[in-house]
Amino acid sequence: MLLQNFLEESAHRFTDKVALIHKGDRWTYQEIDQGANRVAQLLRHQGVRRGDRVAIFLDNSVESVVSLFGILKADAVFLMLSPTLKANKLSYILNDCQVKVLFTHINKLGVVSEAQGSVQSLKNIVFVGKKDRIPRMDTPGTISWSEIDFLNPQSLRARGLSEPEAATRIPQSNIDLDLATIIYTSGSTGNPKGVMLTHLNMISAATSITAYLENVPEDIIIDVLPLSFDYGLYQILMTFKFGGTVVLEQSFAYPYEIIKQMVKERITGFPGVPTLFAILLQMEDLKKYDLSSLRYITNTAASLPVEHIQRIRETFPQAKLYSMYGLTECKRVSYLPPEELDHRPGSVGKGMPNEEVWIVDGNGNRMGPGVVGELVVRGSNVMRGYWGDPDATERVLKPGPLSGEKVLYTGDLFRMDEEGFLYFVGRKDDMIKTRGERVSPKEVENAVYGLEGVLETAVIPVPDEILGQAIKAIIIPKNGFSLTEKEVLRHCKKELEEFAIPKYIEFRDSLPKTSSGKIDKLTLKQEIGIK
Amino acid sequence: MNIENEIRKFIEENFILEGDDHLGDEDSLLEKGIIDSTGVLELVAFLEETYLFKIKDEELVPDNLDSIQKISQFVQNKLNVSCENVSRTEARG
Repeated sequence: MLLQNFLEESAHRFTDKVALIHKGDRWTYQEIDQGANRVAQLLRHQGVRRGDRVAIFLDNSVESVVSLFGILKADAVFLMLSPTLKANKLSYILNDCQVKVLFTHINKLGVVSEAQGSVQSLKNIVFVGKKDRIPRMDTPGTISWSEIDFLNPQSLRARGLSEPEAATRIPQSNIDLDLATIIYTSGSTGNPKGVMLTHLNMISAATSITAYLENVPEDIIIDVLPLSFDYGLYQILMTFKFGGTVVLEQSFAYPYEIIKQMVKERITGFPGVPTLFAILLQMEDLKKYDLSSLRYITNTAASLPVEHIQRIRETFPQAKLYSMYGLTECKRVSYLPPEELDHRPGSVGKGMPNEEVWIVDGNGNRMGPGVVGELVVRGSNVMRGYWGDPDATERVLKPGPLSGEKVLYTGDLFRMDEEGFLYFVGRKDDMIKTRGERVSPKEVENAVYGLEGVLETAVIPVPDEILGQAIKAIIIPKNGFSLTEKEVLRHCKKELEEFAIPKYIEFRDSLPKTSSGKIDKLTLKQEIGIK
Repeated sequence: MNIENEIRKFIEENFILEGDDHLGDEDSLLEKGIIDSTGVLELVAFLEETYLFKIKDEELVPDNLDSIQKISQFVQNKLNVSCENVSRTEARG
């Protein structure tokens, strides 16, 4: 079984059912499937071979969805990149896994032009958007998305292709052990790492999740999360698996728009993150909107403050709230059955179906209840490893109970209660968890050092009710330089993604040092009263 | 300084980078990646504090806030209405 079978089987069972709604437009399963077939043909024609990497650098859109399935159908590996990536990180990722083709939008031309020059492997760039703005280039060659236009039977006929011919499936040779995607996530060295996920990994995760959420074809899901985030991506994959409908939004900047959509489309499932729930709960009177269709709400990425859990349950009393925990390296780990929210609202539950979890001490010995230790995950949802980084892979994938198998050491500290329910305690290493994203302090420090006038800087986490942890940068300016907060922020915005930009900036004359001369972050953290 | 200039100044100082393409009055802030979910909250706070009105939930929509031109129009409309009604300004809660 391959991931694209989710789409193909639903296109067979629910041919004319609306699969995706975006910006008011509706697309059926058949339309998405045929569009994906056209993308696969184009890729094959451009020389994309089995196992090649093809990246998507778009805002949430129907083109993102059609492309990802098209790439899978061409036996290639898709990369859903964050649309907010800056040129430096974009070029790093494209080079790291030698991307051959890039799907992007003409309004990202600035960033793409800057990044692509240093990417030798890139053969083609497909641009969505105004055709006349697409630059003419030889290497990489540029192609307009309109050439894959699957909505327009007339244009197909004009190019001498009859519809059935144009939209046929090409032969595929992948098996479920082959890679479906690489998801880049922040690394402690400052450079992102590519999490390799096979078809089997993703199918296994999707199957477990749709089981505990009890999804049915009648479910209508609203997806306001970026597709570059596995949580947002899986809403599409899972919906196509169970044959439901997904309403895809570009952002949750406008909460009222989200509520309007939820009412209009009679949304049954609402996945969110703490920042989104905090924004929604600020609205005056949510109860006046008819959200009676809502049957479940999910939260992951960071824990919800207990008062927010209560307020969400009060505001949407008919909906079940699922608190969940996971990491990109295995998609999801646990969920709390909604009935347990009354007794243990601070827990993220137990392992999901078809998976085992346990807690270990520093020597890898399994611990019982009440003790804090590192969480280990065993299951077919556990990644293949980090692309091109066997050392980093070896640090997290360690031998499991059966000969030859690997289990995932999450790097997250947990404790378990007497009944086996899990409680997140903190990160084992120094990574910061903010807005549900892992941020490497080193990455932020590297960015700050790039600003003229910075002598030394230390980046530390600060507890934050909504973000989980907020980022603080303490800076010693060079002699003769007077830096302002605004200057530092402007510089950071150029180099870092939004969630990695420091919330607090402090200027000091000196920083505490350890005996070996390194900056003493422990003391800095203790000043704020955190471990 | 007129409303449009005030708004442009706020956006350029808080969101835009040097060396970026010039932001047109009608360019979509969301599409250009200038503003995100927390950015909208900052913008709303700025508007409420500067123009001394309260923005209702239903007014938090792209039609009112997604470009410099739309924001200026939105602010203008709200100020005209409050002038006409001679209503008391509501302090931000």
